[in-house]
Amino acid sequence: MSMMKKEMIAMLLAGGQGSRLGVLTAHMAKPAVSFGGKYRIIDFPLSNCINSGVDTVGVMTQYQPLRLNTHIGIGIAWDLDRNRGGVTILSPYERQSNTDWYTGTANAIYQNIGYIDGFDPEYVLILGGDHIYKMDYELMLNFHKANHADITMAAMPVPIEEASRFGVLITDPSNGRILEFEEKPAHPRSNLASMGIYIFNWKVLREALIANKDVPSLDFGKHVIPYCHEKGDRVFCYEYNSYWKDVGTLSSYWEANMELIDLVPVFNLYEEYWQIYTNGSSMAPQYIAKDAHVDRCIIGEGCEIYGTVTNSVIGSEVIIEEGAVVNNSIIMDNTVIKAGARVEKAIIAEDCVIGRNCVLGDGEYRESTYNKKVYNSDLVTIGEKTVVPDNVSIGKNTALLGVTTPEDYPNGRLESGDAIIKAGEVE
Amino acid sequence: MKAIGIILAGGNSKRMKELTYKRAVPAMPMAGTYRAIDFVLTNMANSHVQKVAVLTQYNARSLNEHLSSSKWWDFGRKQGGLFVYHPTITPVNTDWYRGTIDAIYQNIHYLKESHEPYVVIANGDGIYKLNFNKVLDYHIQKRADITMVTTTLRDWEDSSRFGQVILDEDGKVIGFEEKPMVEATREVNCGIYIIRRRLLIELIESCVAEDRYDFVRDIIIRYRNLKSIYAYHLDAYWSNISSVTSYFKTNMDFLNADVRQAFFKDDDRTLTKVNDFPPAKYNPGSHVRNSLVASGSILNGTVEDSVIFKKSFIGSNCVIRNSIILNDVYIGDNTVIENCIVESHNTIYANSSYIGDPGNIRIVQESNKRYII
Repeated sequence: MSMMKKEMIAMLLAGGQGSRLGVLTAHMAKPAVSFGGKYRIIDFPLSNCINSGVDTVGVMTQYQPLRLNTHIGIGIAWDLDRNRGGVTILSPYERQSNTDWYTGTANAIYQNIGYIDGFDPEYVLILGGDHIYKMDYELMLNFHKANHADITMAAMPVPIEEASRFGVLITDPSNGRILEFEEKPAHPRSNLASMGIYIFNWKVLREALIANKDVPSLDFGKHVIPYCHEKGDRVFCYEYNSYWKDVGTLSSYWEANMELIDLVPVFNLYEEYWQIYTNGSSMAPQYIAKDAHVDRCIIGEGCEIYGTVTNSVIGSEVIIEEGAVVNNSIIMDNTVIKAGARVEKAIIAEDCVIGRNCVLGDGEYRESTYNKKVYNSDLVTIGEKTVVPDNVSIGKNTALLGVTTPEDYPNGRLESGDAIIKAGEVE
Repeated sequence: MKAIGIILAGGNSKRMKELTYKRAVPAMPMAGTYRAIDFVLTNMANSHVQKVAVLTQYNARSLNEHLSSSKWWDFGRKQGGLFVYHPTITPVNTDWYRGTIDAIYQNIHYLKESHEPYVVIANGDGIYKLNFNKVLDYHIQKRADITMVTTTLRDWEDSSRFGQVILDEDGKVIGFEEKPMVEATREVNCGIYIIRRRLLIELIESCVAEDRYDFVRDIIIRYRNLKSIYAYHLDAYWSNISSVTSYFKTNMDFLNADVRQAFFKDDDRTLTKVNDFPPAKYNPGSHVRNSLVASGSILNGTVEDSVIFKKSFIGSNCVIRNSIILNDVYIGDNTVIENCIVESHNTIYANSSYIGDPGNIRIVQESNKRYII
């Protein structure tokens, strides 16, 4: 194989389930989840790559990769279809010995050393696929070079009370060099949270991966960074101070979408100098009917709106029929809200049908009887391809997945806190 | 399909008034997110025509930019593809295209170097859906030399800008009046032809040898008694946009659900160059009714019975009625626009008023500087 030298390539970890998004990730990995009426979460790091001049990206997939694979394709949407480099999907593969799934973030990179070596890069950028942000990785690389660093970790100041959820960096304020690193400390001594974005000198990372290859579930935060730090490598902190939003829980996912509706959104998709690209099949304009009412919304391509939509994020090709009322909700691509339905504070994934005169998000909050860790807000969460029959009412903090029928709703009602999860014909 | 495509996209039309100052008719923005040529390109792609030449001449910059990549219509492939041909100076030729025949003649290598037996010739300003395979089947069944697609004009359309076709019971063309002063029939030529490639080469070369350069006048009309010319009747939506009235009404046709279903929703939906504009945004104070809105737009005012193209900004307290706002238009607060077509990339200052007449649509073209955004 001829050498295709690249200064820096990106490795994007997109294998995670994102179990706290509940039914939204039943059939797709978290990076493939829709966002903002048009995008999927992975569009943000992929667009950041191409906008930063990084034209070689390995995307590591593992959990439910079909949607992710079809979305990325050969990378046309991001101009990552390249003769040299471009985007490559890297799934775990069988080998002569030690065939393994990706057991940890760093293990996934270890298993793809061959891919990275093919580009003989000076630097490797490690990214996750579960945050909404715009970041110029080139600036981070310049910082890395200026410090003659071995490793640069991007970090963001967070409220100190939240810092224990993150890897926390204690730095030398004079130069940004990292003195100590604590993974999810009970009593954080700094509010600089690691964003899971690293630039490594490839030689340093390669050596560390091989030295630690037998560590179970080899992880960057838990193993590789501490190993390099103890060894005396120059580890620096690149402080980032713009919008960076975790969408790992249903509440944070809902909030991040709703922020896009604000008159002047904190995270502005309408800026021209840092566009977010996506692979969308629809190009048609949307139609707002004579008796429709649309206020404080963003609406995607090809929608047909006949009802009332307020304070909501609507994906492409959605149909909202006459008399339907959608408020405070996220409706993803190709879903139909039938006539007369009322939808309040719901997240409804792709290809769903909400029956005529249904009422969603009705009644008082009740603790989840299904999964308290995931479902703990007022939200009605409906996974893709779900069908809700006509005339049923659904309480708050509920979850639905699959084709449901009137028999699934005693007295035509799904109580708050309950769930209907239909085992599909295909898992 | 056993055919190659030729799209005649030379197009200027005086009936388009100021609208073609900026671009050729086939590059006219259509229905919020498309350009006119997308419709014929989509028909070619959906008919599995693998190799298409677009012949351009007039004001072709917008068209060239639109066709800068052929992947959107699925023509980006090793076999076949999309070719854009402009007039060019050669050792033997220094002319612009002197007519439709000359446009094909100057690119006759495209015909000679292809191997497909048939050629589909179509203009770039028709809005319709048609599977050319059906026309080809008809052509073969009728043993025709040339098959032209015809349709019945709608009531409001001015027949004097079309070729009118008189047919016998079998569908054979027995009379043809090009843009006559007195209407002969409402059955008109759609400007879409199927012809054997070898016959086309032969006809083109013999016409040029006699300094004849117009496809309709010098082939269809002149040969109609010598060659067997048949009409394939298109019984579906068809519109030619080459007049301001027709352009306006064709856009407004997309406010009908069945037109949107055919062009936007069906499996053979219209393809176009993909832009990465964010979803349209409806801010407090926006009241949108019976309108099409394209992505990237931000709306703060009232919009009724209108088509808002990509990346428009409508200010607070604006009232837009029965109008077309082309792409990337900024409209300041408190402005009233009725019965108008607002040219693309325009900046309309706050507190202004542009009122056209429903029967005489006003074209708004300002050269204001944009300070905002």
